[in-house]
Amino acid sequence: MSLLEIAELSKRFGGVVAVDGCSLAVADRSITGLIGPNGSGKTTVFNLVTGFLPRDRGEVRFKSRSIAGLGPDRIYGLGIGRTFQLARIFPRLTALENMLVPVRRAGLRAMLSHGQWRHERERAMEMLEFVEIAHVAGTVGGALSYGQRKLLELAAVMMAAPELVLLDEPAGGVNPALLEKIAEQIRKLNQQGVTFLLVEHNMPFVMNLCDEVVVLHQGKAIANGKPKEVRENPAVLDAYLGT
Amino acid sequence: MKRKALLLLPVAALAVLLPLVAPDPSTTNIAVFTMMYVGLATAWNIMGGYTGYISLGHAAFFGFGAYALGLIMVHLNITPGYGPFFLVPVVGLLTAVLAVGIGWIALRTRAATFVIVTIAFMFMMQLLAENLVKVTGGGGGLGLPYPHDWGGDFFNTPYYYAMLVLAVLGLLTSWWIRRSKFGLGLLAIRDDEDKALAVGVPTRTFKLTAYVISAVLVGMIGAVYAYYVTYIYPQFVVDPLIGISMVLMAFLGGLGTLSGPVIGALLLEPSQLEFAYRFGASRLYLVFYSAIFLIVILLLPRGIVPSVRDLIGRRRTAKGVT
Amino acid sequence: MGAFAPWFKMTLVLEAAVLGILTGGVYALMASGLTLIFGVMRIINVGQGALVILGAYLSFALFRSWHLDPLLSLVITMPLMFGIGVLLQIVFIRPLKTDREALSVLVTYALALGIEGVLGYVFTSNLVQLRAWYETASFAVFGFHITYVYVFGFLLCLAILGALFLVLYRTSFGGALRATMLNRTAAQLVGVDVDRVSAIAFGIGVATAAAGGVIFGITNAFNPGSHYDLISRLLTIIVLGGLGSLRGAIIAALVMLVTEDITAVVISPVWATFVFFVILIVVLIFRPQGLFGVRVRERI
Repeated sequence: MSLLEIAELSKRFGGVVAVDGCSLAVADRSITGLIGPNGSGKTTVFNLVTGFLPRDRGEVRFKSRSIAGLGPDRIYGLGIGRTFQLARIFPRLTALENMLVPVRRAGLRAMLSHGQWRHERERAMEMLEFVEIAHVAGTVGGALSYGQRKLLELAAVMMAAPELVLLDEPAGGVNPALLEKIAEQIRKLNQQGVTFLLVEHNMPFVMNLCDEVVVLHQGKAIANGKPKEVRENPAVLDAYLGT
Repeated sequence: MKRKALLLLPVAALAVLLPLVAPDPSTTNIAVFTMMYVGLATAWNIMGGYTGYISLGHAAFFGFGAYALGLIMVHLNITPGYGPFFLVPVVGLLTAVLAVGIGWIALRTRAATFVIVTIAFMFMMQLLAENLVKVTGGGGGLGLPYPHDWGGDFFNTPYYYAMLVLAVLGLLTSWWIRRSKFGLGLLAIRDDEDKALAVGVPTRTFKLTAYVISAVLVGMIGAVYAYYVTYIYPQFVVDPLIGISMVLMAFLGGLGTLSGPVIGALLLEPSQLEFAYRFGASRLYLVFYSAIFLIVILLLPRGIVPSVRDLIGRRRTAKGVT
Repeated sequence: MGAFAPWFKMTLVLEAAVLGILTGGVYALMASGLTLIFGVMRIINVGQGALVILGAYLSFALFRSWHLDPLLSLVITMPLMFGIGVLLQIVFIRPLKTDREALSVLVTYALALGIEGVLGYVFTSNLVQLRAWYETASFAVFGFHITYVYVFGFLLCLAILGALFLVLYRTSFGGALRATMLNRTAAQLVGVDVDRVSAIAFGIGVATAAAGGVIFGITNAFNPGSHYDLISRLLTIIVLGGLGSLRGAIIAALVMLVTEDITAVVISPVWATFVFFVILIVVLIFRPQGLFGVRVRERI
């Protein structure tokens, strides 16, 4: 069963065609990698799926429901979370406050009630412990190290229990020890039922972690399958070496 | 938390008992205007301080509230006295309707353009006030009936309490918002609006709500002002200087803090009144204004309260106290 | 008269349109400085109106003391105002590090108030106007009367805007300026001294205010408080044109002024100013980024 389906998705910026009839599917409960040479359109696909960019053509379906045209906040509410290429957190809020911002259901009572806070706070502290940064809960985001921000970003996104998480270069700018930690956390969350689609350039990371890999080239999906299959696919090699 | 409450008690007591302690009209007059600005700055802060969207056109709501109360009183033949104070919430409701309309359009834009659009709306309001002569009396102004039987010394007192009530209302609202998930969402919008969207914060709704709440408070304060001064002119109620004063006070005290706007108002308004009294005839008081403004922004960009907090925090770590 | 009424109105409308184009040129000049400043430094100079009035008063003072023709006085006032602009930028704008956009609005507003205060103290709040021999002289074209002043003003605006475009697109400084407008960080990385570029750009913006001030001062009575009305129009124009777009500012100025002047003739002068803002609202509803603006997502 495909949790996320993208069909013939297209997007151009002026004269540049960033995404050109891209079609792919993300299986439920999988860890799927999205790879491809620079400029192949990976982050643009993310932005299209999460509502940050309007699409020109094509369909995006989540749990068989079309989500094209919805704003990013609605999409998060439906259960799709995302992280950014350069880890983004709220610099003037503490780590704990960062965890309390995400909104799953924007109801009036949820917004105004203070009582609910306690329950959320407990959950937030649990998540912070899970990613092992509970000791900086009271530190403002701007004072955290980059590694801590990355972990905070992931933990915060998980607050509303999304079913699908799009990770934009989770291994980017991260030392090997932290890398292993991040991979472990992704695996653990995946075992709990979360589906991941991640964009990455770090091949060993992708090959080790992902069940499925999709290769993008010039805005189109040119191959997909198990990591080993894809690695030996001549079209893929051509794409990477040819450009 | 307990210590803060203890500090607040004498301040609150003073605020409530002021007209009894210092009943002479010149003092109570200053008190009315100061409390007015405490309310205005606090109300403005709900939008500007929490979301980071700077509205320089809030004077439009102030003027609207003033004219709304004036017109209601005149056309419905309301007898002056304590009654009109109960019309103020009605003015609040009307201001809410206006604010939803203006806010919906103004918030279609990002922060930089938003500032300009709020200024534009303020000038539109001024134009309407000046040119809808049959309705507002135009440049000739509008007179409000006032209670003639409130004697010289007593006259200012009810207005002071009205302003106090509105200021407290503003503070309570601001405090409540600050502690809620809604408030956290506003602060998130200020830090990184796109990231806020990405984690599900309904930014359009939140911004509009903050804008309307802040506008309603300002409108109600404008209504009480009109009732107090008893005669209003377009350029003195839809007055850019009032609009910019509330912004300056919030900045001086510290954007996004609860006590900041209060401190800013308490510091600036009495001195502003004093200066206008001495130099009002010439335009020099504008220069004074300008100078204070520039000094505040360049030397204390974060405002008094955050700077003081930082200072205390640093001394604490230096002393080894956690 | 009945059969001629539509014809009569038509000529009035055409005359208003022509007037709109001519005065639009003046506003285009003043607005271009404003949008340039935003483009380079991402700050909104709410004091531009006050600077225009300052320029007008400087010419007024020169006329009063030395009987210097206002248009000629530009030779003195433009460089002077350029210097003032650079100074203001260095002293008041450059120190702003955090929260630039918001704080700069307040700083420039404060400067505007300061300028208004000083001018009020020196010149009082009486209305004045710049005098020149050609201010009422006009010539006839196809039955319309066009006053020389407006034409001079328009030509001056064309000249200065033309010079501006030349600088922007034909000089290396202009290239550095455009680079800074497109991407400040990238420009820095390729070696552009963005601080210097910003200061000079601000100076240019203020110098254009001086030029605009002269034309404005000849065709309008003004006093220190006139900057409010002026800045509200200028801001509306640059928002309509798209913040940072020079082309947008010019076209928006022409569109706004022509519409305003035609409205003054067809409906009434009172509502003409109002129409200004109505256009803004309509545009904002359908195209919030303005005519030539770009929908900016800060980072994606």
